[in-house]
Amino acid sequence: MSKVPSDLKYTRTHEWLRTLPDGTVEVGITDHAQHALGDLVFVEVPEAGRKVTPGEPFAVVESVKAASDVYAPISGEVTEGNPALASAPETINTDPYGGGWLARVRPSGAQGGLLTAAEYEKLTAEEGN
Amino acid sequence: MARRTPLFAVHQAAGARIVDFGGWDMPLQYGSLIAEHHAVRRAAGVFDVSHMCVVDLEGDQVRPFLLKLFANDVSKLTAPGKALYGCLLNERGGVIDDLIVYYLGERWFRAVVNAGTRDKDLAWIRRHAEPFGVTVRERDDLAMLAVQGPEARARVAGLLSSAGAARALALGAFFGAQIDGWFISRTGYTGEDGFEIMLSAGGAESLWHSLTAAGVAPCGLGARDTLRLEAGMNLYGSDMDESTNPLESGLAWTVALNAGRAFIGREALEALRARGIERKLAGLVLEERGVLRAHQRVLAGTAGEGEITSGTFSPTLERSIALARIPAAAGEQVQVDVRGKLLAARVVKPPFVRHGKSLVG
Repeated sequence: MSKVPSDLKYTRTHEWLRTLPDGTVEVGITDHAQHALGDLVFVEVPEAGRKVTPGEPFAVVESVKAASDVYAPISGEVTEGNPALASAPETINTDPYGGGWLARVRPSGAQGGLLTAAEYEKLTAEEGN
Repeated sequence: MARRTPLFAVHQAAGARIVDFGGWDMPLQYGSLIAEHHAVRRAAGVFDVSHMCVVDLEGDQVRPFLLKLFANDVSKLTAPGKALYGCLLNERGGVIDDLIVYYLGERWFRAVVNAGTRDKDLAWIRRHAEPFGVTVRERDDLAMLAVQGPEARARVAGLLSSAGAARALALGAFFGAQIDGWFISRTGYTGEDGFEIMLSAGGAESLWHSLTAAGVAPCGLGARDTLRLEAGMNLYGSDMDESTNPLESGLAWTVALNAGRAFIGREALEALRARGIERKLAGLVLEERGVLRAHQRVLAGTAGEGEITSGTFSPTLERSIALARIPAAAGEQVQVDVRGKLLAARVVKPPFVRHGKSLVG
């Protein structure tokens, strides 16, 4: 069973969100997503200063077999992309909710359409995985 | 409903991720694809390749039949058990399939063809076999395991009688023999040494468990693909098909154009060659970060453009490699359109990796 920490928010497209003490939101892909992708070998993270809107592809994760877009879950401005992933993309496989974070975003406006851990767990169960 | 090999339940029980491949439910990977890849490069791995189609060809006229059907020259097959790789071509010189043909006796040859092309291959083979009175028998009673890696032969030998082990270990490259009830050949699709074993379907599960108990890693089609690509081996349907000919697919070495043999596709190939072959299948090594994938556009400057036919991340080289069909005049440096960015790649002659070692610097 894949892990779904209860203190995070989630999206239907398998991103997770964590609000940090300074108000920025850390974004990554879920344990379920990294497991489905398999060994990650290349990650492209967004640059600081980039403005994003919900649903916009803002990062790319590539496994041996395929490339997948990661979507911005909220609107705002990227404050930082995770620099450690360039040389160690496998961190997403081993620590998806920690060292495997992709980007931090300073939110602008209201956040909507996010799922709780229980809702996300239900979603992945319904997908049959 | 997809077909299943005799080992399907074993794969499921091992937690394999199952995917459709050529109409078969096959294991993609059991755990980490990269770990499976390294197991084959460094020790030994086992693949279920029972989806491949084994066809026995029998009759007095089987050799003349294959001289006509097969683009490689079965006159090279004189020692019992010797195998030969080559293509079936249509009249236009397009590749119907690539296959291995074993010489088992003057009246008995064995072909191993791809799973995804099984039906059209069998129809083509049967159609041409009839005038030669050759019997075409699909051996769906057989399972096939590929045991590959530097330790693979020793692991298999450990499961044989002492006389059988001695015979198996004495097999030369591209030779096979019936040993202790199995047909064992020193062939593979990984660029490593090893055996492929054909045996009755009922014995497959026991052999699989004996191999894994001996420390051989179960490996899926995902690692099979990265291994074959590092080894510079073509995949039918990706790197060549009926719309491409062997001369532009890196397979000229498998086409025997020696005098006097009228094989199907020969006239078309000679006409193509006379006009000049304008494309080639080359290896690419990505010089920047990113991953090359099939169908990405290759820009070769004034020589023109081409397309990647197979691309992946190479676990051995820790960078991306590809096979690409590019203009024959392309130089050593090209660019690839990777998700809208032009990345630099170097053109090399495959293979990229052989016996665990990088060949591309």
